[in-house]
Amino acid sequence: MQNIAIQVAGLQKSYQKLNVLKGVDFEVERGSIFALLGSNGAGKTTIVKILTTLLKQDGGTALVNNFDVAAQPGAVRQSISLTGQFAAVDEILTGRENLVMIAGLRHLENPRPVVDDLLNRFGLDEAADRRVSTYSGGMRRRLDIAMSLVGKPQIIFLDEPTTGLDPEARLEVWKTVKELANNGTTVFLTTQYLDEAEQLADRIAILHEGKIIANGTLADLKKLFPAAKVEYVEKQPTLEEIFLAIIGKKEVM
Amino acid sequence: MNNHYFSDMNVMLGRSMRHIFRSLDTIITVTIMPIMFMLLFVYVFGGAIQSGTDHYVDYLLPGILLIAIASGISYTAYRLFLDMQSGIFERFHSMPIARSTVLWGHVLTSLVSNAISVVVIIIVALIMGFRSPAGILAWLAVAGILALFTLALTWIAAIAGLSATSVDGAGAFSYPLILLPFISSAFVPTASMPPVVRAFAENQPVTAIVESIRALLANQPVGNEIWAALAWCAGIMLVAYIFAMRAYKKRIV
Repeated sequence: MQNIAIQVAGLQKSYQKLNVLKGVDFEVERGSIFALLGSNGAGKTTIVKILTTLLKQDGGTALVNNFDVAAQPGAVRQSISLTGQFAAVDEILTGRENLVMIAGLRHLENPRPVVDDLLNRFGLDEAADRRVSTYSGGMRRRLDIAMSLVGKPQIIFLDEPTTGLDPEARLEVWKTVKELANNGTTVFLTTQYLDEAEQLADRIAILHEGKIIANGTLADLKKLFPAAKVEYVEKQPTLEEIFLAIIGKKEVM
Repeated sequence: MNNHYFSDMNVMLGRSMRHIFRSLDTIITVTIMPIMFMLLFVYVFGGAIQSGTDHYVDYLLPGILLIAIASGISYTAYRLFLDMQSGIFERFHSMPIARSTVLWGHVLTSLVSNAISVVVIIIVALIMGFRSPAGILAWLAVAGILALFTLALTWIAAIAGLSATSVDGAGAFSYPLILLPFISSAFVPTASMPPVVRAFAENQPVTAIVESIRALLANQPVGNEIWAALAWCAGIMLVAYIFAMRAYKKRIV
């Protein structure tokens, strides 16, 4: 089990009469990016909340870093960090103070270099001593993710990390996620954007009506469809490409 | 028990104290209404009120302090509500920290910020001619009663902050609390009230608390009132604490 970061078997959860998860199974390999794909209300956030010990499941088991989320929540919390759907930053504090606060809660001996390094990596040096309420949406998200990296957790949960971001900020987040995985961190990502899963994920699972209906690499999933046939299509630039070209940010991922 | 309890608490307290000192307008808002009442009652209505003392401000001050605390705690509900709404609550709860410090940080902050308001109002009262022959022990007893009263109301505020569905809802509960001192011996002796109102006024907590503080400040014997005052505060605190914890558990695992 050394190579498995997250293992979920037969996971069930209902809210009153609403049966959200009806036996969900999947595994996430260590150091990989795993994308959970599903439409709004499919239960993606419910899965994230169970795996991050914020919610108790009704049935089934979930192991995170080989610890049972129900039986050893403390050990699970040591191994993970969560970047939720809404940026979990303190608006009244500065960016630096936010990071120092999390470093304090992670009981780091010497937080200063860690905080400086993160501010630098996420391009927040200049804004470090400004209150977060003055930050743009992209900056907030970057700070949010930076806060999740304090103390180097082994597994990172990102719940719809790019929802509500502009295209530029979205590319920034994608870059960050890729770097994380390159450094050996396991990333569990939920998204409703197909291109996001396609861009980032090593494995993709599709959650639909409370069950995982497909799970595999992008290549695996493509095999589920009829073989590709050659068509001639005039390639028009997408609006996103035009937008990025005009504002001069042609960072190709 | 988490052995980082005090260091976690320190981080939480530091965080919400920063909130207070960066929004000093909240302290001004909290103190301005009681100060207005004090000016109004001393300089406008005071001449017509038969309180049995030459210095009406001496008679009035305890009730004014309670009004200040009753309006001050609504900010605790407000801050708690905002924490629940933003992702920061979930971030804290998914971290390996002593979870109860998330709530207690707000409670201690409420104590400190209300203490600041109380001091500001006492200074204004001194300028208006308030004098007290009380010794250090009596003052300490007054501080103790006010702290207990603040704690009791803060836990009521916590119920509101944790269970409200809108910002307005989180603050609205404090209005009846602010009005309670008016139907007590805080402004006029209860002897002048019609029987039904008088019965209510003499048996509600504010009267016992006001009478105790007034006696302590005037260096008079406190009698049994102080036990009634302490019993009320402790009782309200206990009940509110139980309900606040229940509301809290409903929101988390």
